[in-house]
Amino acid sequence: MLELKNISFQVDTEGKEKEIVRDVSLTVPDRKLIVVTGPNGGGKSTLAKLIAGIEKPTGGSIRFDGEDITDKGVTERARMGISYAFQQPVRFKGIRVLDLIRIAAGKTLSVADACEYLSAVGLCARDYMDREVNASLSGGELKRIEIATVLARHSKLSVFDEPEAGIDLWSFRNLIDVFRNMREAIEDSSILIISHQERILSIADEIIVLRDGRVEKQGTRAEVYPSLESEAAENAICEGRIRAMGKGGTVQ
Amino acid sequence: MKQMDEIQKRLLAEVADLHEVPEGAYNIRSNSQSTGRRSTANIEITSKTDVSGLEIRIRPGTKRESVHIPVVMTESGLKEVVYNDFFIGEDADVVIIAGCGIDNCGNQDSQHDGIHRFYLEKGAKVRYVEKHYGSGNGAGKRILNPGTEVYMEENSSMEMEMVQIKGVDDTERITTAELAAGAKLVVRERLMTHGEQRAISTYHVNLNGTDSSADIVSRSVARDTSYQKFDAKIVGKAACSGHTECDSIIMDQGRILAVPGLEANHVDASLFHEAAIGKIAGEQLIKLMTLGLTEAEAEEQIINGFLR
Repeated sequence: MLELKNISFQVDTEGKEKEIVRDVSLTVPDRKLIVVTGPNGGGKSTLAKLIAGIEKPTGGSIRFDGEDITDKGVTERARMGISYAFQQPVRFKGIRVLDLIRIAAGKTLSVADACEYLSAVGLCARDYMDREVNASLSGGELKRIEIATVLARHSKLSVFDEPEAGIDLWSFRNLIDVFRNMREAIEDSSILIISHQERILSIADEIIVLRDGRVEKQGTRAEVYPSLESEAAENAICEGRIRAMGKGGTVQ
Repeated sequence: MKQMDEIQKRLLAEVADLHEVPEGAYNIRSNSQSTGRRSTANIEITSKTDVSGLEIRIRPGTKRESVHIPVVMTESGLKEVVYNDFFIGEDADVVIIAGCGIDNCGNQDSQHDGIHRFYLEKGAKVRYVEKHYGSGNGAGKRILNPGTEVYMEENSSMEMEMVQIKGVDDTERITTAELAAGAKLVVRERLMTHGEQRAISTYHVNLNGTDSSADIVSRSVARDTSYQKFDAKIVGKAACSGHTECDSIIMDQGRILAVPGLEANHVDASLFHEAAIGKIAGEQLIKLMTLGLTEAEAEEQIINGFLR
């Protein structure tokens, strides 16, 4: 279980202090899939980095399975069982897909075992094992490999930052199955996904809405999802009105 | 073959991946003496009479055979210049593995300057692997200055893999090549320097014939206070294609100078160069740390991959 208490994160931009995350408290319980959503710039990705230890909070504390991890680094948190899938996967010259999966698994996996993780994310494994994790792979391929590295870790907490970003629709359908399978096999672990995607929201146990760095709503899918839908519908109407005005018409 | 001690055997394993007597033709040079040699029906190895070195003649049409000519030095203070000439017959297809390992525990410098000349006849194909390795904790330097000259007739091809990862204090490598029509040269150089080491690598490739091509790629890592210079020049004198690339990781107080040079003397010469020097990207370290590696382990993985 992950607990964030009064987490704040400020940065200095051109001498001005900017608060990206403001006094956020939330819990990711065991055996749950939580989706954090909200408008762009609302602090979602920063929140994921704070959990992985890539950024340090300027206020508040983080506990993982009861232990205070606020001052622990990336490696320590990874070894305690926290995984993090980058929104923009990192490229490496010379490191092969197989190497990366093996590093993730923390042991010398057989090629066949490593293949399973790639198959799980919809890649034809044999074609990819010896490929370098570099710019020769497409954005969608890199993204799926990124997710496979998290699968290979069998973590207690897996954090995914916008897994749908940069992926084509066809691959995305398969990805939903990946998360659905992870949800089914969740046992004592938990999953936190940052996403705007309706289909990901639809498999969440709980939804957290982050806006302007604050938790705006938090609750079960049944509690939060309907309000998101109506908000989306309102936005659509707004856009429709603007389009109508653009054509020289009056607001209906 | 004469008996070798454990250090010599270890050096041999490092530079030639050899643990026992190799298959095919070979000559093993240890502390300036030839300690083992074998010619085969198609590959003849003889000693030069005027200077120190070998003549290696490969018959036309020889296929899938290999030549090993490793050099190991374990006596401090040895200095030698060796001239090895390779004559590769028409349409032969061979692998040549050279390499030099120096273990210097003494206080005097040890130096091996190997001058290799390759004469490739029409359609000949060579894969050439050269590894350098230094060990030993004496104050004496380990110095290697390889000179490689390649003369390529029509439609011949040569792939060169040059590796120097550890322990060589000072290197000046000069590689020159002359390519006739349809000849193809591929070079992959990997280099890592430590401490106060210095490594200079210079290429001068003349693309003389129509449809000749050269692709020279160097990947290097400079650590501590070491210094590297990569100076690669391709001259296009016909309708040809040339590419040089220097991709380097710099660490600590290392210094790297990349001097890519292109000269086109023909309107259909197509020449490219790329050069990039930078430290390890922070996000690469972070990615591997999120997989449970420490920063030092992540660095090692990134460098190992880069120099693969």
